[in-house]
Amino acid sequence: MNNLINITIDGKKFQVHEGKNLVDAAKENGVYIPTLCHFHEVNPPLGTCRICTVIVNGKTTTSCTTKVYEGMKVEINTPELLNTRKAIIEMLFAEGNHFCPSCEKSGHCDMQNLSYDMGITNTRFPHVYSNKVIDFTSDRMIMESNRCILCKRCVEEIKTNDGKNVFSFVSRGVKTRVRIDYNEEAKLTDSQAMHAMNLCPVGAILIKGMIYEQPFGNRKYDIVGKDKDVHVIDRFKKRQDENKFIVATTSLAGCFGCHMSLLDIDTEILDVLEIVEFNKSPLTDIKKFSKRCDVGLIEGGCANSENIEVLKEFRKKCDILIGFGECAIMGGIPAMRNFVPLKECLEEAYINGLTSEIGANIIPNHEDIPKLLNNVYPCNEIVKIDYFIPGCPPSAKHIWKVIKNILLNEEYSIAHEEFKYD
Amino acid sequence: MVTKETATKRTTLMNVLWDIQRKRRFISRDDMKKISSEFNISMIELEGVISFYHFFHLSDAGKYTIYLNCSTISQHKDYQDVKKAFQDELGILIGNVTQDKLFGFFKTSCIGLSDQESSALINFYPFTNLTPSKVKNIISKLKQGHSLESLSDFPKDNIQYTPKEEGKTIFFKKYNKGEGLKKLIALNQVEVIDLVKKSKLSGRGGAFFPTGMKWQFCKDNESDQKYIICNADEGEPGTFKDRALLNQYPGLLIEGMTIAGYAVGATEGTIYLRAEYLFLKNKIEKTIKEFNKDGLLGKNILGIEGFNFEVTIHMGAGAYVCGEETALIASMEGKRGEPTTKEYFPVEKGYLGKPTVVNNVETLCAVPRILEMGLDNYLKIGTNATPGTKLLSVSGDCDKPGVYEIEWGMKLKDFLKLTGAKDTQMVLFNGFSGEFLSEVDFDREISGENLLAEHIQFTFEDPIEYSQKMSGVGLRSGGSFMIFNKERDLISILKNITKFFVAESCGICVPCRTGNFLLNKKINKIMLCHADKDDLDEIKEWSTIIKQSSRCGLGKTSTNCLLTAMLKFPGEFQKCLLAESDINQSFDLEKSTEIYDSIIHEIESSYE
Ligand SMILES: Cc1cc2nc3c(=O)[nH]c(=O)nc-3n(C[C@H](O)[C@H](O)[C@H](O)COP(=O)(O)O)c2cc1C
Ligand code: SF4
Ligand code: SF4
Ligand code: SF4
Ligand code: FES
Repeated sequence: MNNLINITIDGKKFQVHEGKNLVDAAKENGVYIPTLCHFHEVNPPLGTCRICTVIVNGKTTTSCTTKVYEGMKVEINTPELLNTRKAIIEMLFAEGNHFCPSCEKSGHCDMQNLSYDMGITNTRFPHVYSNKVIDFTSDRMIMESNRCILCKRCVEEIKTNDGKNVFSFVSRGVKTRVRIDYNEEAKLTDSQAMHAMNLCPVGAILIKGMIYEQPFGNRKYDIVGKDKDVHVIDRFKKRQDENKFIVATTSLAGCFGCHMSLLDIDTEILDVLEIVEFNKSPLTDIKKFSKRCDVGLIEGGCANSENIEVLKEFRKKCDILIGFGECAIMGGIPAMRNFVPLKECLEEAYINGLTSEIGANIIPNHEDIPKLLNNVYPCNEIVKIDYFIPGCPPSAKHIWKVIKNILLNEEYSIAHEEFKYD
Repeated sequence: MVTKETATKRTTLMNVLWDIQRKRRFISRDDMKKISSEFNISMIELEGVISFYHFFHLSDAGKYTIYLNCSTISQHKDYQDVKKAFQDELGILIGNVTQDKLFGFFKTSCIGLSDQESSALINFYPFTNLTPSKVKNIISKLKQGHSLESLSDFPKDNIQYTPKEEGKTIFFKKYNKGEGLKKLIALNQVEVIDLVKKSKLSGRGGAFFPTGMKWQFCKDNESDQKYIICNADEGEPGTFKDRALLNQYPGLLIEGMTIAGYAVGATEGTIYLRAEYLFLKNKIEKTIKEFNKDGLLGKNILGIEGFNFEVTIHMGAGAYVCGEETALIASMEGKRGEPTTKEYFPVEKGYLGKPTVVNNVETLCAVPRILEMGLDNYLKIGTNATPGTKLLSVSGDCDKPGVYEIEWGMKLKDFLKLTGAKDTQMVLFNGFSGEFLSEVDFDREISGENLLAEHIQFTFEDPIEYSQKMSGVGLRSGGSFMIFNKERDLISILKNITKFFVAESCGICVPCRTGNFLLNKKINKIMLCHADKDDLDEIKEWSTIIKQSSRCGLGKTSTNCLLTAMLKFPGEFQKCLLAESDINQSFDLEKSTEIYDSIIHEIESSYE
């Protein structure tokens, strides 16, 4: 175990302890390989998430399942591998139903942290929006399948005192889910149950009443984080003349929170107005485009037919489209209705809900009322979106910084605090 | 707690589940309670195992459970009509059970009868060359109480070709029981392994790992117990050569396994037989009994002191991934058939943690033949890197579908001629995890000569560069050879392929689990003429990501077909591409408001 051997990582030579796995060996030498399913307690490693994919002697493999050996040549940070690893996280976001702004685990979540770290602002894959259940049956535990990434930690690690599995994978392929055995779960001690919640790298296992033990702001990942560079697209022709930049904004299926945030820069808005002229926007109350715009800012996703039309018009009339806020990027809160039949949604809103008038029995409809879509979609599944500004809502400073940099065609980086939820 | 006893007991779990499934047509909650306490596992873990396998049901699957093969070759024959006939006769849609619980009708992936499609299994009795009128007849006879046995078609072996030259046939020739095995009397362990190494025999399951080397590793790992497993899962769509071997020469296989056991020091052998081949089980069992009686299995075999070997059969339950050797072992251990991370190879820690050799049926059958005919005679056949012959399962658009035994080194175009293929557009070589071959490949030979590293094969961007670099490179296949003529539509074949991987992915890792699902949607987009060039670029990018990051061979090879098809038949993908656009042209507003429209319609009509 204490034999030192020589390996090469991205062209640099290192001495590492024989028999260690590559993730740990690299870490000891200050080289970071992202991991998600891997945690030290399990041997053999789970190797389910594939985030730690690297190239060893010309072949791709996962570093948490690979033991170091003499003469090993490892590539970790080639552009292709960085892209592949990023894609895997993006695929997890597209596969599950992750609504970070309303997630109890936010700030504690390994996957969320990794995405900050990799500079993920949206997912390149279309959302699957599969119907996954939130299982409240057990007295103590909630299983939130929408967020489970099937890392298998809980399956392998959480057993009752007589050695039975509390969690198991059920079905296979895209239908694979983790489910709880309620009888066995009841046999766990409270501390074993807490261990399960803390073990889960995302917010899939929750213990009722214990979820906010640690308040937001004090959580594991609330302080760390790095600045991220974003690649600038040159769709946009730099202005030579003195004319102001023309900006349009709209709120689709959002709560207007992002627009509120937009105004949060207080008097600095006057500086903004020095270089920017607003066209169609709720801020100006201009209803129709009167000229071509440099930038269109989109809040909210697409929930109805009008959203689709407006979004398409924005795409046609604006050189650059920026989606800002979680709802525009991931569907956000409105997309949570994707898992409830539309009819139930309407009945709840207009007939059965607490706020509807007693005796109400009408679901309003008229040809002037936009039609609801079967699903709520993020904007980039309908039109091409050039930039994404995540947040719920993103802070005003951050939004304007991004817009200014795009308009002036400058490279920029986003500080972690600006880019964070909660 | 997993102890040696519980682990050994657990290996019987699949058998128990099969018994109940067959008897009651499903495994009920009550059964599950009994089994879980019997095996001392939680209910949810048991449900995890049951729900992994396609042929275990949690609700009644009908007294007669019908599985119709939905894979490409069947689609190109009479699948649609046959499906319709079943649906009409039974009055239910595929995927359902009749109200009286008499019939359940389901689709399934390739069942190893591609040479006699369309085919189906009813309670695992095979029915081949189905037509609508045949279906009608079967259902009415079943309703009248005729037995399945009397109605079913025992599949023909369809052996179409063996090498014409004298002495060049290795598999499909006269078999004298024990002839190969008896050569062991004059050979010790080292000599057997040496002989297998020198024969350059390599894994016929498709991975072509040198068999001698595998046996050597296993022999070198000290252990109180070792195992030989014969991989008879034959799940790769379009492969059925193991079916013919198992039916014609079960004895040859048993000898092969026994020789392997002798060489590595194992005393127990298991044949992992895919559930679809249940109809072969009796015959194999009978042969095992005979071998035991004749002293060719059991204790002190051939009178060699301490040479003991037993063979048993383990039934699979419908999971392609269980052909992957580590998943196969997990399945034998009574678990979900998930591949491991390959921390250890089976020869180090395999079945029940002991050194294990997993070999394909054809690999194992070759060994006694090599012993029988002598190494020198064997090496005279085939090519330098791949001596001997190869079995290929031919299906699709040709006159003579069936099993071919050919000498390694035959040119692809000559082989196509043998099969009577006309107007060939493409060949799907090595199954759904293999590659598409086009005319530029037809001059290449079927052999293991001049191979390139696998990852190089998928780096070509340009078809011309490809044909230059690959022209002298041999082609190896585990056995599947599907032929498609010029009328066949490549994109719909690809759709069938990605659907297969969506259905068969074990679900452990996201690139394979969801990546293939997303690719399937992309292919739909192409079919509906909603795609543009960006979509094609994305398909390439995503396919490569899946290939790079998947955990096991299934995911790593699941996009091979797609990548090779895009390289060789770019025109097929561009047939109805839309001009590039910033707007997603596949989004259909009208369709996306269908549910809303129908709700409103319902409300409005209730006012009237
Ligand atoms: C997804 C997958 C499916 C496989 N299916 C089979 C199969 O059906 N039959 C088989 O012999 N090998 C199959 N293999 C290959 C086995 O993992 C293994 O390499 C083989 O059984 C070893 O035997 P051999 O060396 O004699 O070929 C499969 C591999 C993968 C990755
Ligand atoms: S688990 Fe919660 S915090 Fe983590 S990525 Fe999913 S939604 Fe966001
Ligand atoms: S519930 Fe959590 S720990 Fe368990 S598999 Fe899902 S993500 Fe992993
Ligand atoms: S590649 Fe597919 S079959 Fe293999 S482990 Fe991953 S999900 Fe399972
Ligand atoms: S950390 Fe290596 S596969 Fe998950």
